[in-house]
Amino acid sequence: MATTIKSEFKRLRNTEVWRTIFRSGSGSSNLHRSQAVQQNIFLHLFSVKVRSRALEFSPTWYLGALTLSTFLVLIVTGILLMFYYHPSVPQAYADMKDLQFVVASGVFLRNLHRWSAHAMVFLVFAHMFKVFYRGAYRPPRQFNWVIGVFLLLLTLLLSYTGYLLPWDQLSFWAVTVGSNIAKAVPLMGKQIRFLMLGGNEVNANALLRFYVLHCVILPLAAILLVGVHFWRIRKDGGLYVPEKKKL
Amino acid sequence: MSDVKTQALAETMGGAVPDDTCKDCSRREFFAKVGMGALAVAAAGAGLFTYEFFSPNVLFESAPIIRAGKPDQFPANTVTLDAQSGIYLINGVKGFYALGAICTHLGCLTAWKSELDLIACPCHGSRFNRDGIKVAGPAPQPLPWLKVWLAEDGNLMVDRSATLNEPEYVKV
Repeated sequence: MATTIKSEFKRLRNTEVWRTIFRSGSGSSNLHRSQAVQQNIFLHLFSVKVRSRALEFSPTWYLGALTLSTFLVLIVTGILLMFYYHPSVPQAYADMKDLQFVVASGVFLRNLHRWSAHAMVFLVFAHMFKVFYRGAYRPPRQFNWVIGVFLLLLTLLLSYTGYLLPWDQLSFWAVTVGSNIAKAVPLMGKQIRFLMLGGNEVNANALLRFYVLHCVILPLAAILLVGVHFWRIRKDGGLYVPEKKKL
Repeated sequence: MSDVKTQALAETMGGAVPDDTCKDCSRREFFAKVGMGALAVAAAGAGLFTYEFFSPNVLFESAPIIRAGKPDQFPANTVTLDAQSGIYLINGVKGFYALGAICTHLGCLTAWKSELDLIACPCHGSRFNRDGIKVAGPAPQPLPWLKVWLAEDGNLMVDRSATLNEPEYVKV
């Protein structure tokens, strides 16, 4: 049985359709394997070869990969939540309640989105502490650290903009307070708050602006920077893995 | 580039003599500078356009002037919160006056605590007395005094956009 599946798969990999999609062919030589990575738009961000030590738990605690996992969960659940959410006043609050009590699996998806968001903020910080205390930010990886700082900012902004969307008392006052903190910027604070809220009070305009930021602009920016972040790992010589100390 | 050529270039530009930084530059460098200048102007215009686009010209927000109600709705020596408009109307010993109810710290709606004889903010614990003076907490400013007047129809009116520097009372 297993050999049948194996030989069928081998036949499939030699069909013309498969070969037009994956050009590297069915061989398993080092050349074939590296081409399979290099010629794939998603995989080519990564190294063809990594040291086996880099795949162990201790150098990274897998914190970056876990952060990516929560981000992917957030994208999937977030897109699903968008199908039942209108960013308007007062419909937003009712839709949030419908997701909890009416929509099939709605409460599961909403809570998954919420807990993944909390986990992502935690994991981003943990990842950065791990990178910092191991000294993995040092040359030649300085620029990837800077990209990471921007990704931290994007993560926090995504959290903050998502906080308004349930349109309940907690989110309303949190954004009232947050936008007043933005107003404390010297000279242009008032204009910043006005642009942020699309008015002088937390209102329908503010809800719509936060929605567009949360669902379109910030995720696209994050996806772009995550791509650069992974590509830079390869360009900077792979994950930072110090030699094991000889006892 | 020779002086003759520079002179010819100046004539094609409507008599404007190129500045010193470009006296010796080649045609290519000159056009590169013109191009960069045009891009800079376009970028500034795009920035201005973006700022204008994101600043709403019409806002559907509540009007600053509020009809608070008839004076006899406010018993003597009481502080009444209008949560919808974010103001206190106070019938004090010297007369009627109004305070903004939005905390000067970070914009939360405060509440009147009659048992404490204080205005208290739920967000970060600022407290004010009935004259708007801060008695505790992080608020950097007192609550603002707002302009109050008696309209012809007998209603007390409050202008939330008009803050007073000196206390003023409306006697009825």
